[in-house]
Amino acid sequence: MQTLDELIASSSVFAGMPAEYLSLIAGCARNVGFEEGALVFREGDAADTFYLVRRGRVAFELHTPDRGGLVIETADPGDVVGWSWLFPPYRWHFDARATEEVRAIAFDGACLRGKCDDDPALGYELMRRFAQVMIDRLQHTRFRLLDVYGGVGVS
Amino acid sequence: MAVSASAEAQTRGVMTPVPYRVRSRASETADTWTLELEPLGDAVLPRAGQFDMLYAHGVGEVPISTSGDHGGDGHLTHTIRAVGPVTRALCGLDEGAVVGVRGPFGNEWPLAGAVGGDLLVIAGGIGLAPLRPAIRHALSRRADYGAVAVLLGARTPGDLLFVQEVEEWRSRLDAEVDVTVDAAAVGWHGRVGLVTTLIPGAVVDPASATAFVCGPEIMMVFVVRALLERGLPVERIWLSMERNMRCGVGHCGHCQLGPKLICRDGPVFRADEMMELMEVREL
Repeated sequence: MQTLDELIASSSVFAGMPAEYLSLIAGCARNVGFEEGALVFREGDAADTFYLVRRGRVAFELHTPDRGGLVIETADPGDVVGWSWLFPPYRWHFDARATEEVRAIAFDGACLRGKCDDDPALGYELMRRFAQVMIDRLQHTRFRLLDVYGGVGVS
Repeated sequence: MAVSASAEAQTRGVMTPVPYRVRSRASETADTWTLELEPLGDAVLPRAGQFDMLYAHGVGEVPISTSGDHGGDGHLTHTIRAVGPVTRALCGLDEGAVVGVRGPFGNEWPLAGAVGGDLLVIAGGIGLAPLRPAIRHALSRRADYGAVAVLLGARTPGDLLFVQEVEEWRSRLDAEVDVTVDAAAVGWHGRVGLVTTLIPGAVVDPASATAFVCGPEIMMVFVVRALLERGLPVERIWLSMERNMRCGVGHCGHCQLGPKLICRDGPVFRADEMMELMEVREL
């Protein structure tokens, strides 16, 4: 059975991080589980946590009065869920729901922010890695704006 | 009906359509239909990757890839998205209606060249239609290949093609089939995200894998980049291209892409032949 430190170290977002940083990050982490259909977090609520999915799938949902609920992205094992804990006003911008039973590592955002304030090098390292996650998601969103399947495709 | 190419077929020339009757018409999505056509005379016998020119009488002719097997009776299977006058006319045909068919044209998916290694098939939207015969071929000769992975992308769950057959593929233990859509209503339990996000986790060995890719051009560009990043050599990545094919035999030039004529030199190309051309904005 892997320890939290090992699980964190083996994830792509934290891969290659110095051991002392991993240890600091693991100090703010705990294992959590969500049943199928359970909300991981709700739009507008305080964003004080982020998650590393170990098993299952999490759907990011937006709700509009005229279109109902829309799943805009999903996170699978190895993916990070949430970055609103990094930036004021520390509120979630959408719902996240377990579409099947989920096992994840939850990280206490306030705890991590405190450690980053104490150690700017850790803060830079963490910010650099989350920036990559955000850039990937931004690029994916831009790509989907092209609506490539909506136009005339191959026959 | 004559299933093999007859002397008459050889002399009638590639520009003369042969009559086929619509045997069945099945709805795939809100705008996509699959027609099964049975020959009323000579049969054309497309192989996986090839296309036929389908003529809706009085409306016009369009290139449509074969999306099924012709079995022993020479019937054709074509999956058509209704996006223009000709495709709308074809999709609206009733059983018993007659269409003209020329073909088969173009080259095939290089299935023989992939034997012995892993096979990765990536389809976006209606790009699954030209790939379905290749997937069926690989699954029916499963021992010929190593790992087989099929990655499918679509706009929404309602735009997924061949839903029942894809479910059958997913239930197999000897193939990995993964599906993602660009957006879905709450309640969809599958993946939402780009088809490229499935590539890092595909259970194939880049050292031996061959990839077949079909979908909108911009999707294929991103897929090829992701495959190269995964470590697949460019010479083992194959794409099916579409342009405005008219004659089917490289005479008219309508389907020219740089130095290539898609109907004659393709539609299946090695990625290194196409990537540079696909990134030229003016082409």
